[in-house]
Amino acid sequence: MHQPIATTRSATGIPTGRLAVWWVIASEIVIFGGLLGSYVMYRLLHDAWSIEAANTHTLAGATNTFVLLTSSLFVVLGHHAAEHGDGKKAFRYLWLTILGGFIFLIIKSIEWTGEIHHGFVMTKSLFWAFYYTAAGLHALHVIAGMVIMAIISFDTIKNKNLHRVELIGIYWHFVDIVWIFLFPLLYIAK
Amino acid sequence: MSAETSPKHYVKIWAILVVLLILSVLGPMLGIKLVTLLTAFGIAIVKATMVANHFMHLNIEKKYISYLLIGMVLMVFLFVGGTSPDVLMPEGQHWEKQVIEQPVELDHGGHE
Repeated sequence: MHQPIATTRSATGIPTGRLAVWWVIASEIVIFGGLLGSYVMYRLLHDAWSIEAANTHTLAGATNTFVLLTSSLFVVLGHHAAEHGDGKKAFRYLWLTILGGFIFLIIKSIEWTGEIHHGFVMTKSLFWAFYYTAAGLHALHVIAGMVIMAIISFDTIKNKNLHRVELIGIYWHFVDIVWIFLFPLLYIAK
Repeated sequence: MSAETSPKHYVKIWAILVVLLILSVLGPMLGIKLVTLLTAFGIAIVKATMVANHFMHLNIEKKYISYLLIGMVLMVFLFVGGTSPDVLMPEGQHWEKQVIEQPVELDHGGHE
């Protein structure tokens, strides 16, 4: 059977598919780093942002951090199962990870609904513009990860292309790391 | 199976991450700025490093991947460092800020 180049070639000592994911993450570091760096600069400039930040919901942010950390555990266990040729187990872990993503998005939706209801909309101030942009861009990455994971899972259950579980896992862990930094910036530093 | 890639090891790392999360929420409740910085941001760096090393397996990945990612982080510091004087200072050698940003108003209608 013909194998894709990403699976078979490893001119750099790393399978090309995995190297590509690392490059994606390298570019994502600049995207999120620029956004968070700008936020930190303006946060230092405006002491009064702590008053705005006091309106974010710490419990929701902490719960979402827990959910993402747990989903990261599921996807790394899925990777472990895939490495041992157990596609069915990897499939289950992938869907548990997707479930984690759903819970994350549901909590975020409830949280945003409350904030918007209280008048904390994106155009209220620069703080809320940063808040919705950073958390929104992160949420888009969560959705993208869930969609890719769902697509990969249907091959995984047939024990096909099991190496892809690791590739989506690396991406998902990165999304987790971004949230690890967003959480103290948006919810803790009040 | 290496001890660092066993399910037991992953669960142990997850448990440590959850404990660190609890500390990062409780620490700032003391209201001491240094404790807030250490518990919120210091712990975030520790948590991110643990996820990168143990879940993304950066500790056993080719070294040049770590250099690539650290290089990108340094690039962000360079960009932010280069633009920060324009944001943080009211004037420079040949310029001054024309727009004075208004402070935000107190809002007591929040939900936490």
